[in-house]
Amino acid sequence: MAQNKQTPLIFEISQPGRKGYSLPPCDVPEKEVSELLPADFLREKPPLLPEVSELDTVRHFTRLSQRNYGVDAGFYPLGSCTMKYNPKVNEVVSRLSGFLHVHPYQAEETVQGCLQIMYELDRMLSEITGMDRFSLQPAAGAHGELAGLLAIKAYHTARGESRRTKIIVPDSAHGTNPASAAMAGFEVIQVKSNAQGGVDLDSLKAAVSPELAGLMLTNPNTLGLFDENITEIAEIIHAAGGLLYYDGANANAILGIARPGDMGFDVVHLNLHKTFSTPHGGGGPGSGPVGVKKDLIPFLPKPLVEFRDGKYYLDGDLPLSLGKVRSFYGNFTVMVKAYAYILSLGAKGLKEVSENAVLNANYLLQKLKGLFLLPYDRICMHECVFSGQNYHSQGVAVLDIAKRLLDYGYHPPTIYFPLIVQEALMLEPTETESKETLDEFIAALKAIVEEIQTDPELVRSAPYSTVVQRLDEAAAARHPKLRWQPETNK
Amino acid sequence: MNIPKNLKYTSSHEWVRIEGNTVFIGITDYAQEHLGEIVFVELPEVNDEVTKGAPLAVVESVKAAADVYAPLSGTVSEVNEALLDNPELVNQDPYENWIVTLEISNPAEIEDLLDPAEYEKVCEQEE
Amino acid sequence: MSRYISNTALQQEEMLKEIGLNSLEELFRDIPKEVRLKQNLNLPEALSEMDLLKHLKALAGRNNNLEDNICFLGAGVYDHFIPSVIDTLISRQEFYTAYTPYQPEFSQGTLQAIFEFQTMMCELTGMEISNASMYDGASALAEAMLMACQAVKRDEVLVASSVHPESREVLKTYARARGIKVKEIGFINGTLDLEELKSAISSATAALLVQYPNFLGAIESLPTLAEIAHNNKALFVVSADPIALALLKSPGECGADIVVGEGQSLGNPLSFGGPHLGFFCATEKLLRKMPGRIVGQTTDKKGRRSFTLTIQAREQHIRREKATSNICSNHALNALTATIYLTLLGKEGLKEVAYLCLQKAHYAMEQITKLPGFDPLYTAPFFKEFAVKTPVSPEDLNANLLESKIIGGYPLQKVYPELKNTWLLAVTEKRTKEEIDLLVEKVGGK
Repeated sequence: MAQNKQTPLIFEISQPGRKGYSLPPCDVPEKEVSELLPADFLREKPPLLPEVSELDTVRHFTRLSQRNYGVDAGFYPLGSCTMKYNPKVNEVVSRLSGFLHVHPYQAEETVQGCLQIMYELDRMLSEITGMDRFSLQPAAGAHGELAGLLAIKAYHTARGESRRTKIIVPDSAHGTNPASAAMAGFEVIQVKSNAQGGVDLDSLKAAVSPELAGLMLTNPNTLGLFDENITEIAEIIHAAGGLLYYDGANANAILGIARPGDMGFDVVHLNLHKTFSTPHGGGGPGSGPVGVKKDLIPFLPKPLVEFRDGKYYLDGDLPLSLGKVRSFYGNFTVMVKAYAYILSLGAKGLKEVSENAVLNANYLLQKLKGLFLLPYDRICMHECVFSGQNYHSQGVAVLDIAKRLLDYGYHPPTIYFPLIVQEALMLEPTETESKETLDEFIAALKAIVEEIQTDPELVRSAPYSTVVQRLDEAAAARHPKLRWQPETNK
Repeated sequence: MNIPKNLKYTSSHEWVRIEGNTVFIGITDYAQEHLGEIVFVELPEVNDEVTKGAPLAVVESVKAAADVYAPLSGTVSEVNEALLDNPELVNQDPYENWIVTLEISNPAEIEDLLDPAEYEKVCEQEE
Repeated sequence: MSRYISNTALQQEEMLKEIGLNSLEELFRDIPKEVRLKQNLNLPEALSEMDLLKHLKALAGRNNNLEDNICFLGAGVYDHFIPSVIDTLISRQEFYTAYTPYQPEFSQGTLQAIFEFQTMMCELTGMEISNASMYDGASALAEAMLMACQAVKRDEVLVASSVHPESREVLKTYARARGIKVKEIGFINGTLDLEELKSAISSATAALLVQYPNFLGAIESLPTLAEIAHNNKALFVVSADPIALALLKSPGECGADIVVGEGQSLGNPLSFGGPHLGFFCATEKLLRKMPGRIVGQTTDKKGRRSFTLTIQAREQHIRREKATSNICSNHALNALTATIYLTLLGKEGLKEVAYLCLQKAHYAMEQITKLPGFDPLYTAPFFKEFAVKTPVSPEDLNANLLESKIIGGYPLQKVYPELKNTWLLAVTEKRTKEEIDLLVEKVGGK
C-alpha cells in the first residue's frame, strides 16, 4: 500500500469530451428517437457520469486498489471470516467462456456442463456435511440462513404445525442468525452460554416449548470451541419437535473430521466464500448453499438439478418448495470455484485443511496466552478468542491494538465479537498460513504489548503508516454524506 | 458518574422527571457513557400510546444501538426534535436533554421506579 | 500435503509440541467420539492442476456460450458488451481477495469505489441515496417491499404482473415469511391496467411495485402510477434497467420513493444467472430503514477526506433481530464492475449504448413483423426488448435457430399461460444488422 497521496474521486478528474469507450457505428437504418419513444418518456438531464479516458480509468482504479489490502498481500486473521488463500486456478476455470457467457434461460441441452457442476457440487457438499440434498441458490451465508429457516417453516406448516414460531439462538451467535430468523417471520429466543462457552443446557431446556420451530447453532461456536454436548442438545430440540440449524460459517474446522448431519443437524448452510476458498471480493459475491436431511428436501428452494437418462435438467415442479430466494440458480461462477477447490483437494486434502486450520489456531492460542486474557482455556478449533481487557488499566482498548497491527502490516483480527466476551479479539489464521507467518505475527503482537507498557499513547493513536489515519466515524453517521455532489450543488 | 437526586430511574438506564401528569424521559449519564458518541436518536410520534416497558425510542452510537423503554405508560406529548440534528447533546448533558415527554395514564406505576440510591446499585452491579 | 498448505510435516510436529500435544488427532479431542467421522469422505480423488483444467474445460465445452452463438435472449439478463479493462481491474488481488471493508484505514480503495458507485446509482435513478449493493435485482425488490411495509406500517403490496416472474416469486417468498399480502395487477397492451390498479389500491396498500421497462419490454408511464400510489399514501417502488435510464426519464424524476434493479447489464457477464448485482436507492427520508451496507464520507485525524461504512446501527451485526435486513455479504465486486463500466462508458457512452439498443431493437421488430404471421404483441413503447406473436411455437423456432448458432427469444407462455405463441426478443448494442437479418431470414425460412 504505497499510495499515501489522496486519490481524487473519479468525478473530479472528469473532462468534458473525454471518453474511455469505443462502440461501433449504428449499422441499422436510424430513426429519430422521438419517433420511437414519446417525448415525455425521455430524460432531459443526463446522469452526471464521469468523462475520462481509458488510461484515466485504469490509473484511477489501480490507485484505489493500492489503497486496499487483500489476502494475496499478507496475513488476514479476521475471525469468523476464514480468509484463506484463494487459488488462482479457480479463477481461471470460472472465467472459461463456457461458464461466463452462458444465459440462464438457454435450453437445457445447451447448458449440460453447468448443470453437471451444480449436480455434482450438491452431491459433494452433501457428503462433506452428512446431509441428503443441497440447494445452491442462496447468494451468501445470511441468505442461506434465510432459505434454511424458511424450509424449516414450510416443513412445520406442511405437518400442520404452523404454531411453531420460535427460534432459539445462543447469545454467542453471529448477528445474522437472529436477523435471519426475524426475516423468516420467527420470534427469537436467546439462550445463554455456559462456563465452557457452550450452550447452557438448563437454559435450553427452559426455552423449548410446543411453539419451538428450531435452534440455530454454529459448532464450533463463535468462541472457536466445539460444543461437547451437541448430541444432548440435538435430543432436547428434537424431543420438543424442533429442528436443528447449522450455521456453517465455522465449517473450516470440521472437514473430514465430523459432519453436522451426524451431529443431529437437519439443515446446514455453508459459505463457499469462506470454507471453500472462493474470494470475498471486498464484501462479495459469496455463495451460501443450504443443505437438508431427507425429510426436508421437498421444501428446498426451486428449481433443483436432477439427472435422468443421461441428461441433467432443472426440476421446478416442487409443490412444497419454500419458493425462490433469488433469481435463477445461484452464484454459478462462485460454485465453479468451490467445485474446482474440492476436486483439487479430494477427501484427504480437505481433511488436511481442517487439521492445519485447527493446528494453526491452537498454535496462536498457545503463543498468545501470556499476552491476553483467555476466557475459555481449552483446545480451540479453527479460531481462538482472547480478551484484551488486561490493558484496560493502561487506557488501551482492543480497538487500539487492532489499529496498531495495521502499522505492522497485518489485517487485524475480528474485535468486539463475540459479544459475550469483553474486549474480544478473535483470531482465525486458516490452514494456508505457515508457521513462519504466525511467528512473525506473534512477534508483532508482542512488540505492541511492549509498546503498551512503555508508550501507551503510541498505541492509542495508531495507525500512522496507513493511507489515512483514524476516521471520524461519529461525524460520518451524524451528518451522512453518501454521494459526491458537483461543486455547484454543494 | 452523575445521578441527580431529584430524578427517578429504571434498571434499563432511563431517567424520569415528574411534573404533575407530565413526565420527562431521557437516558442516564451511565447509559450515554457506555454507548459512546451518540450519532442518532430515533423518536416516536407525538400522540403515540405506549405501555410501560415497551420500546419508546432508539439511541444509536457508531457501533451500538440501544432501545429506550417507556418507564411508565402514557401518551407521547412532545419529542425533543433538537436531537435529530444534534444527537451529541445527549452525550453533552443527558439530564438536560430529555428525549420525550409523556402524559402518563397510570400514576400508580411511579411506585415501581428506582430512587437514585437504588439506581446507583444497579450501575455498580453491571460494572 | 496439498499445495495450498504451507506447513511442512516437521513444522506440524514442532507446533504440536509447543501446544503440548502428540498428534493432530488430539486437536479434536473435544469432539465426542459418537459424532466423529469414522471413514474418509467419499469424494473423487484429488486432481492435479493439469487434470483439473482438462476436466473443467471439457465441462465448459458442453455449454453453448454466447461468444460462439448469437443471442436474442434477454428476459432479465442481457448480452451487453464488456470492455476489456474491467476484468484487468477487478482481478487486482487488492480488490478481490479483500474482505468487507471493516477496517477503513486498510480498505480505502473498496470504500471509495463504493462511494463512487453510490453516486452513480443516485445519478442514474434520480434518487438521493444508494446502498453498496444487494445480491440481485429480485432480492433487492423483495427488500424494497419489506422496507416500504416498515416505513408506512402497512402489510399489503401491489405488484404489477409485468414485473420479472422470478422477482415476483422472490417477492412472494419474502412476503409469506412476514405475513405480507401480495396482490398482482395485470396489464393491458403490455402496461399496467390502470382501472384494476385503481380498484385494488387502498389505505391498506404499503407500496406499488413496477418494473421499468417491464418484463414484456413495455415502458410504463411512471408519473401516473406514482400519483395513484401517493394519493393512497403508499410508496412507489420501481425496478429499473440501468442502461435504459441513460435515455428514459429517471424514476426519481417521476416520483419514485425506492428504486431498485438488476445491475448485470453494467459490465457483468451472464454467468448462467449469477453473480450479478442488485442496486438499491431511495429518498433520504428512508435512510434509517435501508437494508445493506452504506459508505459515507468523513475525514481522518489529519483532516484528509476518507470513507467508511456508516449508519451501521441498522445492520444485523449491531441490531440483531431488529436489523432492517439480515444481509451481510453483498455483491461488492460486481458493484465495482458496474462502477468501472459506468466510468468507461461515462456520460456519453452509456447514452450511446442505450441509443444503439433502441435503434437495433426497433429495426429487429420492424423486420421480423414483416414476416407473415409475426405481429407485434403490443403497441406500447419499448426499449431493447419486445414481444411478438408467432405463427408456430417459439420453442420450435428456438430449436431451429440453434442449428444456425442463434439463441432465440423467451417463450412468454412459460410464465403467462394465456400468451400462447408469443416470443420475447432482446436486442443489445452487440447485435449487428447482419445478425438481425440472419435471425429474420432463418425464422422466415421456417
